[in-house]
Amino acid sequence: MAEITTYNPDVLIEESGYDDHFHDHHHGDKYQSNFINHYVFSMDHKIIARQFLMTGIFWAIIGAGMSIIFRMQLGFPEESLTWIKPLLGKWIVVNEAGMGSLAPEFYYALVTMHGTILVFFVLTAGLSGTFSNLLIPLQLGARDMASPFLNMLSYWFFFLASVVMFYSLFLSTGPFSGGWTGYPPLSALPQASTGSGTGMTLWLVSLTLFVVSVLLGGINYVTTVLNLRTKGMTLWRMPLTIWAFFVTAILGILSFPVLASGFFMLIFDRGLGTSFFLSEIFIEGQALDRVGGSPILYQHLFWFLGHPEVYIIILPAMGLVSEVLSVHARKPIFGYKAMVLSILAIGFLSFIVWAHHMFMSGVNPFISNFFVIFTLIIAVPSAVKVFNWITTLWGGNLRLVTPMLFAIGFVSMFISGGLTGIFLGNSAIDIQMHDTYFVVAHFHIVMGIAAFFGMFSGVYHWFPKMFGRFMNETMGKIHFWVTLVGAYAIFWPMHYLGMAGVPRRYYSFDTFDAFRHFGDMNQFITIAAIIVFAAQLLFVINFFYSIFKGKEQKVKNPWGATTLEWTTPINAGHGNWPGKLPVVHRWAYDYGKDGKEFIPQIVPMEEGEVAGDH
Amino acid sequence: MSTAIIETSYKKRLNPKKFALWVSFGSIIMMFGSLTSAYIVKQASGNWLEFIMPNHFIISTISIILSSVFLHLSFNALRTHKKAMYQIGLVLAVILGFSFVAFQYYGWSALFSVGVDLKGNASGSFFYLITGLHALHVLAGIAALFVAVFHAFTLKFKPSTMRINRYELVVHYWHFVGILWIYLLGFLILCK
Ligand code: HEM
Ligand SMILES: [Cu+2]
Repeated sequence: MAEITTYNPDVLIEESGYDDHFHDHHHGDKYQSNFINHYVFSMDHKIIARQFLMTGIFWAIIGAGMSIIFRMQLGFPEESLTWIKPLLGKWIVVNEAGMGSLAPEFYYALVTMHGTILVFFVLTAGLSGTFSNLLIPLQLGARDMASPFLNMLSYWFFFLASVVMFYSLFLSTGPFSGGWTGYPPLSALPQASTGSGTGMTLWLVSLTLFVVSVLLGGINYVTTVLNLRTKGMTLWRMPLTIWAFFVTAILGILSFPVLASGFFMLIFDRGLGTSFFLSEIFIEGQALDRVGGSPILYQHLFWFLGHPEVYIIILPAMGLVSEVLSVHARKPIFGYKAMVLSILAIGFLSFIVWAHHMFMSGVNPFISNFFVIFTLIIAVPSAVKVFNWITTLWGGNLRLVTPMLFAIGFVSMFISGGLTGIFLGNSAIDIQMHDTYFVVAHFHIVMGIAAFFGMFSGVYHWFPKMFGRFMNETMGKIHFWVTLVGAYAIFWPMHYLGMAGVPRRYYSFDTFDAFRHFGDMNQFITIAAIIVFAAQLLFVINFFYSIFKGKEQKVKNPWGATTLEWTTPINAGHGNWPGKLPVVHRWAYDYGKDGKEFIPQIVPMEEGEVAGDH
Repeated sequence: MSTAIIETSYKKRLNPKKFALWVSFGSIIMMFGSLTSAYIVKQASGNWLEFIMPNHFIISTISIILSSVFLHLSFNALRTHKKAMYQIGLVLAVILGFSFVAFQYYGWSALFSVGVDLKGNASGSFFYLITGLHALHVLAGIAALFVAVFHAFTLKFKPSTMRINRYELVVHYWHFVGILWIYLLGFLILCK
């Protein structure tokens, strides 16, 4: 039985902390003198984190709601949808028999917006924005980000991007409808489809603002990690969360500008008559006078961002999960250095696999081989991480609280979805699978669901740090089990649809003999989706209820974690630590060491003690 | 590791603002890197109009190099507390910066008048896009230089570390857009 010592962080920090004279200057009035600059235009990273989270939740509800509507069309094409006419107006077309169905244009708009919103606004801004902001300064022992002002701007650029995108949903011609990847010519010719006009213009404006937000945020994160670590916090003592956020930020800084270049060229093609991406096109019976452009060029630029982007989404989730698994298994993370190295390897490799999204677009098959090889190699560091998570769980003293359940669920999802990636990574198999529901199943499980699980795990775990209260465990457990089972119920069958060749993004399969008999399966998927959606509403209720009425956090370090964020006061003010800054003496994973249940990072090494990460 | 070693190994690190600026150079490099790569890819697929860059671009290049030189002299003057040189160098740098943008503009006009159109062949489209985007970055630098001019003539001449550091940010950015131009120029000449 390990001995449980309670540490008093205040005494430890007072004794061996580092005095940076932060509180000698008067910061109060600059930062939080009134409601507006305390809660709205705040420069405090903890408030900004919560702003990202709230905005992310808002978008998640909208984005998921959209998927329910288009799933209704896919699962129940025969049912009347007149009941959502009050919400969707003219996009529900009612025929003479009184049967209302979703307008096909709007189906495409919904699919497009669902993808855009979830990939960029929820899983990038809502996930990395929230937790990088919350944890980087807290876990590194910094007073705030390197530039609190740019940090604030980063949120407000995201907010502006959100406003523009939200506005585009209400256009009379509808939002953009050419797919979340925005391929030309649908995106380059305003006359190509209803959503390609103003809808696409606003999509471009919104995402350009979003790129600015990501860059401002990322530059800040990298600078903070490299420059503002407290005394003793060497790179190799950083928790894996920080490593993940750090590499995520680098990926963003290097890949989003490339997307911006693609956008600039698209804007020129749309507005100034250039033909970067357009060539020999007939539209409305007329030959367009644009020649010599190449739509494939856009795909290269898009996926040069697009593939790193999927790791921008998953790396923060991996970081959160590593931390939560270790804390609640009461064991050091297995293979800390291997974990760090695989994060770095994944980060590097993610830049040289992008064309696996383009095997079927007519790129040279010899070039494809190059991308096949690196795509398969990226599975290696991914597998190392999975191995280490499982080994961390092995023989641990598992505390199956909600954050832990979601962390374990993450591992399950990541395995299931990662394996199908290996199929798709072989260009020969991809000939059959490309643009089918197999791909939809792959990326929803490995990215969509897994990243959501990582995010949920993080929200349940750090909720006390954000709001000084706990979320309700019973609701949390219901949320977890329904989501876990439901998510598999939704996406597992899609693999079979995909193997049978059912193409993604189709409005209706009635006219295809080969796919008609999948009607039942589509119904099943839709019903599962509705149930899972309801479970997410339970999470939202739990979240807001617990902010005000949740079980109060009584001790500073309720989970018995080693990291620095739990040494701050329960509702920490600006500057995070009321007195001196904590000094770090050890790595973040001293659990069950030398007969002690856990040893926080601020506890000095004892005489003759060997470091846990030797 | 004992506490004593940790104490000594914790030294004041780089100025975080300067570091952040350098990180943002990474972003800008990726943006222009992707544009020039797209240029090469597009060029390789044929149907590429070749043209010779007008001489205006030589003048603009000389302007931006001289501008960087003067700005650097001005910066050194601030560090060594020489007020006059600090102010003169800065003003000359701004004037030469404007001259750069102006000659870019004349260069575009000259190209346009010999028939290299933005809408026509992709080689022209790329040329205007890349040089135009670069000019925007230069304009942002000029805006920052204006703030520096404002400080140089309104604040009392007390070269504190903070002030030097702040000036250094502008100087670095300015050198960066200058070097970026040299790269783009070389690229556009070699890969025409
Ligand atoms: C084991 C590693 C992985 C491999 C080998 C792999 C491979 C692939 C391949 C080849 C495709 C293209 C399929 C096609 O369009 O025909 C694909 C699509 C996709 N993958 Fe993965 N993948 C892996 C892991 C991941 C991870 C970790 C994520 C996200 C966190 C992810 C997200 C996506 C997304 C979003 C798409 C589809 C994008 C779209 O077309 O809309 N993949 N994957
Ligand atoms: Cu990919």
